[in-house]
Amino acid sequence: MSDTQHFVEIRHARKNYGYIEVLKDISLNVERGQIVAIIGPSGSGKSTLLRAINDLDPLTEGEVWLDGVQVNKKLPHRQYEKHINQMREHVGMVFQHFNLFPHLTVRENVTMAPKLLKGISNEDANKLAEEQLAHVGLLDRIDYYPSRLSGGQKQRCAIARALAMKPKLMLFDEATSALDPELVEEVNLVMKKLAEEHMTMIIVTHEMDFAASVCDRVLFMDQGYVVEEGPPEVVFKNPKEERTRAFLRKHLGGAK
Amino acid sequence: MGLDFSVVPAWMDTILLGVLWTIAITVTAALLSFVGGILLAVIALYAPWIVRQPFRFFAWLFMGTPLLLQLFLIYFGLIQIGIDLPAFVAGFIGLGLHFAVYNSELIQTAIIAVDTGQMEAARTLGLSRTQALRKVVVPQAVRDVIPPIGNNMIALLKDSALVSVIGVTELTLSAQLAIGRTYRPFEFYLVAAVCYYVINLGMEAVLRRIERRIALSR
Ligand SMILES: Nc1ncnc2c1ncn2[C@@H]1O[C@H](COP(=O)(O)OP(=O)(O)OP(=O)(O)O)[C@@H](O)[C@H]1O
Ligand SMILES: [Mg+2]
Repeated sequence: MSDTQHFVEIRHARKNYGYIEVLKDISLNVERGQIVAIIGPSGSGKSTLLRAINDLDPLTEGEVWLDGVQVNKKLPHRQYEKHINQMREHVGMVFQHFNLFPHLTVRENVTMAPKLLKGISNEDANKLAEEQLAHVGLLDRIDYYPSRLSGGQKQRCAIARALAMKPKLMLFDEATSALDPELVEEVNLVMKKLAEEHMTMIIVTHEMDFAASVCDRVLFMDQGYVVEEGPPEVVFKNPKEERTRAFLRKHLGGAK
Repeated sequence: MGLDFSVVPAWMDTILLGVLWTIAITVTAALLSFVGGILLAVIALYAPWIVRQPFRFFAWLFMGTPLLLQLFLIYFGLIQIGIDLPAFVAGFIGLGLHFAVYNSELIQTAIIAVDTGQMEAARTLGLSRTQALRKVVVPQAVRDVIPPIGNNMIALLKDSALVSVIGVTELTLSAQLAIGRTYRPFEFYLVAAVCYYVINLGMEAVLRRIERRIALSR
């Protein structure tokens, strides 16, 4: 039952907080394996758009589709809860402030959701944890509590936690913004690795260099609109819109 | 008539049995107050209005009236409606629920203080709200209030003496029995005091162990 052609499809998304319109009729398609960066000034609605995709911030109007299924379809409350929990299993999310579970070890952070939601055995859970943590280069910290990790290690753990659910889509909301500059690269490397493995990703970022080097498409948002979108070569080097140019003048650390 | 502790050894069995009952009622009531406190906190914060109201009345009853009255109500009052509880059971329920209400206040505050990002991260992984509360939010909240809950449990130990009035032969009542036969109140109350003190030390040692374990994960 698929009446979408695109892997992720956002149709006429609107979001209001009271009288304030934060998203103004945004439509966006993402194909399987594509990597899309969302850039734009603070308060432009980047996080709100990202969080609408897994319904963490529900849209006021509009539709979100993932792989042929409407994420925010109208259902009675209980059914909707079941539906959205299932949808979220397929959508990994990484937050600026990691949001690791501090009362659980790195291993338990990674295995908690798969054990609870997929009922996998302890043995399989341990294998999964080792596999995912090796993937992000954190195997040697598997029995640490998050409080004893550096920021970069925390974020890599958070990525492993999301990947352990085997998501179809990964959402990153300024995954490196809270990190000390010298720790940014280790997280970027993990994201690049995911890109090479053709993970579909939507990445909100302030790092223009990273966006330029990893992403297939860049969206520039301002005041609730997608002002401009296109391949990074075009958006970064030859932006059509004056607002994009103004933003890039301020933020471009020299993306080539 | 000076102090004469020579009568004490003959009553040591009674006293030690009293110690055991005191420990038994303290531990069972503490467990009830802990589990009950968590449930009451979750109900107070998340249950629909219609469920919350009776529990608010319940909380008011247990916080606003003397524990002694609550014990009488449970032990003597319930008989009238056909519920005849053994004294120990009535005592442990009364003490447990009383302190459950106090624990619940602590846990509620702690739940509210848990960063909203925790709930978001859990929901993002696909957990339901109930699962997120159970696995992520409540464990952290409880962890944060272990020290004040520990203080409540020390208070519970001391208040367990009140169940003597409904006939549970715990430490205080055992001392009174000995006094009734020997007319040596000072000696036996002193012995009881020392026993409470030792149990107290034991509880504090257990609490410190728990707190140390928690500290490892911070
Ligand atoms: N819960 C809320 N209630 C009211 N307004 C909100 C709420 N959340 C966000 N907003 C507003 O919505 C607008 C968009 O916020 P959003 O967080 O999506 O911006 P952003 O592009 O992610 O910004 P930043 O780069 O600072 O993270 C802002 O003006 C913000 O103040
Ligand atoms: Mg944001």
